[in-house]
Amino acid sequence: MTTPLLEIENLHTFFYTDNGVARAVDGVSFSVAVGETVGVVGESGCGKSVTALSILRLVRPPGRIEEGSVMRFEGRDLLGLDERGMQHVRGNRIAMVFQEPMTALNPVFTIGDQIGEVARIHAGMSKRDAWAKAIEMLKVVGIPAPEQRAGEYPHQLSGGMRQRVVIAMALVMNPALVIADEPTTALDVTIQAQILELLADLTRRLGTSVLLITHDLGVVAENCTRVIVMYAGEVVEEATTIDLFARAHHPYTEGLLGAMPRVGGEKDRLATIPGTVPPPTNWPDGCRFRDRCPYSWERCEAEHPPLYQIGGGHTSRCHLAEEPERRNHPHPPLAAQRGATAA
Amino acid sequence: MIASDALGRGIGAHPMLRALFRDSRTRIALVVLLLVTLGAILAPLLAPYDPTAHLDIEHLNSQPPSAAHPFGTDPYSRDVLSRLIYGSRVSLAVGLGSVALAMTFGIAVGIAAGYLGGAVDAVLMRLVDAAISVPRLLVLIMVVSLWGRLDLVPLTLLMAGTGWFAVSRLVRAETLALRDREFVLAARALGVPTPRVLVRHVLPNVIAPALVAAALSIANVILLEAALSYLGVGISTPTASWGAIIQDGAERVAELWWLTLFPGLAILVTVFACNALGDALRDAFDPRQLPRDDSDALFASEA
Repeated sequence: MTTPLLEIENLHTFFYTDNGVARAVDGVSFSVAVGETVGVVGESGCGKSVTALSILRLVRPPGRIEEGSVMRFEGRDLLGLDERGMQHVRGNRIAMVFQEPMTALNPVFTIGDQIGEVARIHAGMSKRDAWAKAIEMLKVVGIPAPEQRAGEYPHQLSGGMRQRVVIAMALVMNPALVIADEPTTALDVTIQAQILELLADLTRRLGTSVLLITHDLGVVAENCTRVIVMYAGEVVEEATTIDLFARAHHPYTEGLLGAMPRVGGEKDRLATIPGTVPPPTNWPDGCRFRDRCPYSWERCEAEHPPLYQIGGGHTSRCHLAEEPERRNHPHPPLAAQRGATAA
Repeated sequence: MIASDALGRGIGAHPMLRALFRDSRTRIALVVLLLVTLGAILAPLLAPYDPTAHLDIEHLNSQPPSAAHPFGTDPYSRDVLSRLIYGSRVSLAVGLGSVALAMTFGIAVGIAAGYLGGAVDAVLMRLVDAAISVPRLLVLIMVVSLWGRLDLVPLTLLMAGTGWFAVSRLVRAETLALRDREFVLAARALGVPTPRVLVRHVLPNVIAPALVAAALSIANVILLEAALSYLGVGISTPTASWGAIIQDGAERVAELWWLTLFPGLAILVTVFACNALGDALRDAFDPRQLPRDDSDALFASEA
């Protein structure tokens, strides 16, 4: 494997709130290779978005990236850069596509102006050249009548159009990495597929790496070569997409896959994972998933599981890697038992 | 939805402006303010007499309204109509000038406090809290009594200096909300430097509420100026101002009613117009009234 484009080691991002220290990202390591599309999945509150913001160093106080975290991008240490150096990376080498196209655009400027702004800042283009560039980008993302549309305000566009504009803004400088944080969650189902297809098509043509953050394993299956599963601020499983769908190892991943609707699957209710993610100010000792896990045993309470290598670059943060026979004896998770007594 | 949207594209004006001008209150208020402004600018042409001239220097008495003096004359035998027309200059200059200054300063402080947060925010806002807890009229009277009567420029500066507190808090609150809006985050994520984020992405979005406050604030300053003049500590004599005219007749209100009625009406109408404009602006800037295009489903093929 060649040197990765982005390497993250031991990333810790903590928020110092009045209710204690929230360890939103708690020792995350992964890498993204050139041209690769990596999926990051997990439910709300598992640290996906904070990881994304940490990469661009956009975490605001009371949030802070802790000492000892390492982020290398194109051979440079991102945490060693000053604010100017970071501004040069943002939007130029690493760009971000946000979840809400409704709110990711400034309501008081035309979309041509906003796309052009990126070119003006990073390429030092004149207003006129930037406008031409904006029209070109609108064409690239498949917006009809781009000359006319460039002069319109965000509220005049539909949600799908707006997300195309956001993608256009991200791709203006032809960045090496695009971080897409739930880029289709806010869109209608019919539009979702189009937007993902557009993003995949453009990044493939430009050779751009993509970090695709989502809670939708279907999106991962269609777009990603590799998947990182996050839970409670940690990576709990990493594998190639094919591997993950064929041989999911971590019980949390199993649960996510079980909660996915499938064509021709059972017609009963979808499986759910009982309980919720524990609060980040108070991660439990031992395994953070144990209350919701159907296999947990004493060891899971006593010992925080490391990321076990289970072959072929597939890793899993579960003691089952060492005691696989326990998988044959599932039990109702503690969270479900508690729920039952409460009811 | 589709119809209003097509309209928006056709006209090309900002939808908030269109909402504003559809409001009949706005049109009436603007006509009133335009007339007052024209009166102030064209005062030398409109005023029948010199506003400071004692027309009957021998008797120096106050005459009721007549054909020669439609609004009568004051105890110093000056033409009230002329003084009223010239007085609008003081009211408008102090009102507009001080509010423009106060807005600029208040917006800058509010954005700095809201966006930077932390210690900057804490220090600035505690200062504002302290300043806001002292009645403005009291501060004005105190300063005036220390320095004596004021000319137009010092008076305007004084009004501005005591008028920016509320705006800075308003703008700070707006900035706090904006700071966490995705388009501000998106701008930062695209590498936009902080000063540019503030000027391009925060400022235009706090202007609207600040304008509402400005319109209401002008009304307040006009009233304050009148109050100061009435209390005898306003603009230096013999300069005409609406409050000063009322003051000149204050000792014999029942007799010299024209000295109270006409400037009182001028103040009332102008303040009323400013307030109406402020209310109309507030309604027009309410984003819930903006036409929206949520027609993804309808135009799925187009997208």
